[in-house]
Amino acid sequence: MAATVETIEKVRELSEYKHGFVTEIDEERAPKGLNEDIVRFISAKKEEPEWLLEWRLKAFRHWRDRLLPAAEPTWARVSFPPIDFQDSYYFSAPKMKELNSLDEVDPELLATYAKLGIPLKEQEVLAGVKNIAIDAVFDSVSVATTFKKKLQEMGIIFGSFSDAVKEHPELVRKYLGSVVPYTDNFYAALNSAVFSDGSFAYIPPGVRCPMELSTYFRINASNTGQFERTLVIADKGAHVSYLEGCTAPQRDENQLHAAVVELVALDDAEVKYSTVQNWYPGDAEGKGGIYNFVTKRGACKGVNSKISWTQVETGSAITWKYPSCILQGDNSVGEFYSVAITNNHQQADTGTKMVHIGRNTRSTIISKGISAGKSQNTYRGLVRIGPRAEGARNYTQCDSLLMGDACEAHTTPYIEVKNRSAQVEHEATTSKISEDQLFYLRQRGLDAEDAVSMIVNGFCKQVLQELPMEFAVEAQKLVAISLEGSVG
Amino acid sequence: MLEIKNLHVTVGGKEILHGIDLFLNGGQVHAVMGPNGSGKSTLAYVLAGRDGYEVTKGEIVFDGKDLNAMTPEERAHAGVFLAFQYPVEIPGVSGLNFLKSALNEVRKGRGESELDAVDFLKLMRERVSELKMDEALLKRPVNVGFSGGEKKRNEILQMSLLEPRLAVLDETDSGLDIDALRIVAEGVNSLRSPKRAMLVITHYQRLLSYIVPDKVHILAGGKIIAEGGKELAMELEEKGYAMFGVTDEAA
Repeated sequence: MAATVETIEKVRELSEYKHGFVTEIDEERAPKGLNEDIVRFISAKKEEPEWLLEWRLKAFRHWRDRLLPAAEPTWARVSFPPIDFQDSYYFSAPKMKELNSLDEVDPELLATYAKLGIPLKEQEVLAGVKNIAIDAVFDSVSVATTFKKKLQEMGIIFGSFSDAVKEHPELVRKYLGSVVPYTDNFYAALNSAVFSDGSFAYIPPGVRCPMELSTYFRINASNTGQFERTLVIADKGAHVSYLEGCTAPQRDENQLHAAVVELVALDDAEVKYSTVQNWYPGDAEGKGGIYNFVTKRGACKGVNSKISWTQVETGSAITWKYPSCILQGDNSVGEFYSVAITNNHQQADTGTKMVHIGRNTRSTIISKGISAGKSQNTYRGLVRIGPRAEGARNYTQCDSLLMGDACEAHTTPYIEVKNRSAQVEHEATTSKISEDQLFYLRQRGLDAEDAVSMIVNGFCKQVLQELPMEFAVEAQKLVAISLEGSVG
Repeated sequence: MLEIKNLHVTVGGKEILHGIDLFLNGGQVHAVMGPNGSGKSTLAYVLAGRDGYEVTKGEIVFDGKDLNAMTPEERAHAGVFLAFQYPVEIPGVSGLNFLKSALNEVRKGRGESELDAVDFLKLMRERVSELKMDEALLKRPVNVGFSGGEKKRNEILQMSLLEPRLAVLDETDSGLDIDALRIVAEGVNSLRSPKRAMLVITHYQRLLSYIVPDKVHILAGGKIIAEGGKELAMELEEKGYAMFGVTDEAA
C-alpha cells in the first residue's frame, strides 16, 4: 500500500470531532423566524436603551429591504444551498437568574466548559498558571467573565456586550458600528439587527493589559444562529492581546454563525487578536457543519497604532472571513497571519484587506492555506494604497499546500495602488507534501501521521509562532487532528 | 544480522535488481561499489522500505525478521538507518525538534523510555561535539540552507543519536570536499561497533581509504559481479569499472 493511501486510512480513524457533544440545559428561545418583532424581542430581553433598538431596527430594515431581495453575496468561491432565514431561531439563552458570582453559574454549563478545557473558575485559572481572563459565550448569551474585578482595578473594562451596554453605554454608542457599519455587508447587517451578546473590552490610556483576554464561543442549541458582537477598544498608548476560541456540537443541519468583531486602536495603541476556530466542520460526506460568515475589522485610528490578526481556521463547513485593517493613522501597522486548513468537503474563502490611508503605513500578510480531501481553499485579499498614503508598504506571502488530488487551492489577491511612493510585494507558492519528506521522516522513526503533522506544522510555523503561548500548543495539535484523511 | 537472498526489485514496473545475495554480520563494514545506474540507491531504498520499490522475488532477513513486511518506521525502530544521498529539507521544523521526535520514536520502538528535554539536550550536545558540528545548525530548520557537508554531517549526527543496528550509507561521500569527507568518515568510524553493521554504498574508492571495509561487493547492472576484500576497491580505483567489462557513464 502506498504511504499516502496508508496515511489517509490511518488519519481517517482519528477523525472524530472532539467537541461534538450537546449539553442538556434549559434554553429560552425567541419564536422561530425573523421580523421586526423578533428584533424588538431580543432588544427587550436584553433591556436595551432606545437608541440601540433603533440602531438594530435600522440595520434590520436595511437588510430586509436592500440586501435580502438581492440575496446573499455570491462573489466568494463557496457554494451552498440558499439559507431560509425564516427557518431559524435568532435568540437562544440558557435560562438563568441574575448572577452575583461565578458560583451561581449553572453547574451543567460549567461542566460543558470544563469538558472543553476552558478554565472558567478563577481558582482553576490560577492553578493552571494560565493568565487569561475569559468571557464565555454559550449560544447567544455571555455566561461568565473571570478576573473581572482584577481588571477593573486597572480601569480595564472586560465582560459581556450586554453588560457594557448597561454599564458603559457612552463607549458602546460611540464605537458600535464605527468600524463595521451595519450597511457593510449582508451578514454584518443581519448581525447588527439580531446580535444577542458577545464581548466588550476597553483598555484605558497608557494601560498594558496584564493578561490575555479571551472569549470562548460555543454553539449548543440546534437550529440556532449565533450572532455575537465583539468590540475591543485600545485607548491611547494601551496594549491588549485578545484570544478567541470556538466549538460547536455535531449536528446534521448546517448552523449559521455570523459574528462581527470591531477593533479600535487610538494613538500608539496596539491590539493583537488571535483566533483558533474549530467549529464543527460537518462529517466526511459534507453533511452538517457551521457556516462561519464573519466580519472582522480593525481600525488603526491613531498615529503609530498597530492591529495584528492571527487566525488558525480549521473548522466550519464554510468559512467566509476577512479580518482587515484600516490603517488610518500615520505610521500605523496592520498584520494578518493566517492558517486555514480545509479537509473533506470544507470550503474556505478567507484572507484580509489592508487599507492604507495614512502616511508611512505598513502591512504584512502571511497566509498559509492547506487543502486536503475534496475541499476548496481560497485566499482572497485586498491591498489598497490610498492617494495620501505616502511611503506605504505592504508585504504579502501566500503559500498553499495541497494534499491528495481532489482538493483545490486558489489565490486571489487584489492590489490597488494610488500613490507612487508605495511599495507592494506579493509572493505566492503552491506545493504538495512531498514523498521525499514523508519517507525521510518515516525512515527516522516517525509514523506517517506524525510525519504529516510535523511537515504541516513546519509549513505553518511563521503563523503559529505569532500565537500567544497558551494557544500555540493547542493550535499545533489542532493542525494535526484537522488533517484527517489527507496527504498526497 | 542481515541476509539478502536472491533479491529482485522492481521500480515503476522495471526490474532494477536481478537477484542480489549479500550477508552482513554485526561489527562488519561492507562496501557496495558500482557505476551510476547499477542499482546502488535502489538497494539502499529497498532496505529502508521506500514506497514504489517492490520486492518481486527473494527476501531480506534482518535479525531473523522479514524486513520486507515492515513499514519504514518499523524498520527504523528495529534499527535500520539510512544516511541519505540527498538529505531532505523540512522547512519550518527545527533540527532539535526533529531530532528529539525521531530519537523518542525510535526509543519507544525499542521499548525504552522517552528522553525529556534536559536529557535530550545533554546527549545531543555530546554527539554534536564529537562530530565537531556547530550546534547553531540544529536551531535552524532541518537541512534548510545547509551546505552539502553540513547535510551529510547532520546525517551522521542522526545516526549517532539513533544508534542503529544496521546503517546504510548511500553515497555519503558525494558532494564532499576532502576535509568534509575526512570529518564525515571519522564520524562514521567512531560509530563502528561490534553490535553494529554498516553498508557503505559508494561510486568511488576514496571514501574507503577512510572507512576501511571488511568486504567489497561490486554491483553492476543490478547484479553483484565481483566480491573481495578492501584490495578489490584499490584495484578498481586503478583500472576502473572497465576491468569488469562494465562501462561507467560518470567516469
